[in-house]
Amino acid sequence: MIVNHSPAPAAADSQPPRLAKKRFLHDAAEYVRDTGHRAFVRKALNGYYASRDLQKARFRNWEHARDAASLAKWSAVNRLDELLPRFVAAFEANGGQVHWARDAEEARKIVLELVRAARAKAIIKSKCMTSEEIHLNAALEADGYGVVESDLGEFIQQLRGEPPYHFVFPCMHVRRDEISDLFGKHLGTAPTDSPEELTMIARRHMRRLYIDADVGITGANFLVAETGQISITENEGNARLTAALPRVHIAISGIEKVVEHLDDLAVLLPMLATAGTGQPMTCYNTLYAGPRRAGEADGPEEMHLVLLDNSRTAILADPEQRDSLHCIRCGACLNVCPIFKNVGGFTYGTTYQGPIGSVITPHLRGLADWNHLSAASSLCGACTDACPVRIDIAHHLLHNRRNAARTAPNAWERLGHRLFVMVARRPWLFGLGGAVFRHTLPLLKALRPPLLRDWLASRDLPAAPRQSFRRQWERRQPREGRA
Amino acid sequence: MSGETGMSAREVILARITEALRVPAPLPHGLTAESQSQVRQPQPRAAVTTSGASTAGITVTHAAAGLPTLTVLPEEVARPWLPDGGETQAERLQLLIENLVKLRAIVQQVPDLTAASDYLFTIARERDWQRVAWHPHPLVEPLLGGVPCATYRVDAADFEKNSLESCDAGITSCEALVAQTGSILVSSATSGGRALSILPHVHIVVATCDQIVATLADALHAAKERHEGHMPSMLSFITGPSRTGDIERILVLGAHGPKELILILVG
Repeated sequence: MIVNHSPAPAAADSQPPRLAKKRFLHDAAEYVRDTGHRAFVRKALNGYYASRDLQKARFRNWEHARDAASLAKWSAVNRLDELLPRFVAAFEANGGQVHWARDAEEARKIVLELVRAARAKAIIKSKCMTSEEIHLNAALEADGYGVVESDLGEFIQQLRGEPPYHFVFPCMHVRRDEISDLFGKHLGTAPTDSPEELTMIARRHMRRLYIDADVGITGANFLVAETGQISITENEGNARLTAALPRVHIAISGIEKVVEHLDDLAVLLPMLATAGTGQPMTCYNTLYAGPRRAGEADGPEEMHLVLLDNSRTAILADPEQRDSLHCIRCGACLNVCPIFKNVGGFTYGTTYQGPIGSVITPHLRGLADWNHLSAASSLCGACTDACPVRIDIAHHLLHNRRNAARTAPNAWERLGHRLFVMVARRPWLFGLGGAVFRHTLPLLKALRPPLLRDWLASRDLPAAPRQSFRRQWERRQPREGRA
Repeated sequence: MSGETGMSAREVILARITEALRVPAPLPHGLTAESQSQVRQPQPRAAVTTSGASTAGITVTHAAAGLPTLTVLPEEVARPWLPDGGETQAERLQLLIENLVKLRAIVQQVPDLTAASDYLFTIARERDWQRVAWHPHPLVEPLLGGVPCATYRVDAADFEKNSLESCDAGITSCEALVAQTGSILVSSATSGGRALSILPHVHIVVATCDQIVATLADALHAAKERHEGHMPSMLSFITGPSRTGDIERILVLGAHGPKELILILVG
């Protein structure tokens, strides 16, 4: 069984702050207990691991490719002051219009104004995580505009009234029979258990909508400073259609997506596909340079780009974690994360789930309320190893913990550390403590005091040895000496 | 931030960026020893070239003082870590076809345009196509003579979305074919605009063998040279027919774009 207990987590950043941690702990416990959910997600990811490894092997040296990709992003992010204006000038020379948004509210306002000016009756949207970040759909709907997600996974999530479960695989937690029921309910189609038929239902449903839409909204994966083009990566063709047929094309992008050279994409595009979905390249990697040109058969009359800050400059101002802006949103760190695989995507309550989300969310929404995400880590470092642009995610989780301990130290933790230091400095006290613990362990297990209760809820403690380690060691020494 | 009142959003964001970058960041984590050794003293920025014959390196200089300067190895030295693109034209052709077949595209090699026209006639008959869309191009036009059904010409003068949607297939030319990944580079300038290669259920690409390049970088470079500073409003690498894995991560072809991709390779 897949649990669907969570109320739509869309409102996560508007809820009272302290609730974020409480909800995380509650949902994590629920999801971890749900072995069906875990097995389902693991099965989906096993297919990903196999194809990812196959594609990685096609690289003649994957580690060098990671170097090149991380250097390309490093040199762009560290020269954003120079490259962003250069990109904007080139994009405007191509006929595009740029809009700057300091925060989510400003971005929503800009898009709403553009939609109003276009006298839009219908809006089609392709997958765009920045739009999830600014809760754009809710704002458009509140203003009376109908907006349809065209990416299959996002469409399914929109019908379910849920945000994406995973920022690359939005509905990886949903079974086909649930999708069949969902389509039956909303589109009146006959039940089927074939993924192909379900995909064709969405295909048929969407065709009309591309043609009728006045405005198409997309995201952007890269902004190329050299040529003023924006690059969009996808598999389904929905972004291609969204940017081809409607009269107005609006793209929304974070300011950190700039790369300097067109040539950088020759490295970044295949790496994004390999790390993200285990493909050599995704089906469509498209560069847009403004609206339709004279002499071109079709294309939008206007192209707008909303450049979003929304605390990205705060991350930029932290040299230690600046590299988290290198992120190309491939999702590789989620796919390998033992925490993600067990607690699932919704438990995070964030736009960007998994390890990278745990790193950047505290910057976007406040460390005090979102530090618990950095504690939800096994420190295994799988995320750092998986990152195609070499973001040191595992250490950034530790940096967040350190920063939280500095800015808002926990009194109990401090007391605990102080007690430990006191005991550890005095061997006799350490020995005494050990003896007491060894002899009272069965009693403790029976009594289940508060701190131990959580541990014992899903685990057992081994029986204590009769002698301390130090004692055993001492007794061992002479025998070794004789040998 | 009180200092930001009265400034436009653009000025505020750019000011925040400048302020943030005053403190330099360390080099990327975990660079391999070889890449680390490429960190050199500042030198003038070299022209960035992407052609296979280039010897110029890509030099990364830094705006803020005190930061190390990185020099990525010259292309023909540095690119050997990416997937292979083939050394000779024969290798490239073989790689391209291998990759396209793996991607579940259909490749038909024909000796000349007459044979291409015959092939198009055959598949149009077999599949009982009612209407195919095309755009004026020296490689596309000769194929239409034999088409046993109605045709729809896509051009700037009159384009109608509904007419295009009703077509069974779209025939286009392309900018380049990439051996490394099996990608087909189309553009709004040379492939009949944006919709012709994505809206019809079948996409047929007509190309010649000399359009095959080794790598993605070569294809981008070729497009840049051809359009000289005036990039078409859309350039798209098509890598296989449209697909999705959104339902239980099971691959389905034909999500929103073409269900079938057919490459007719002439020569």
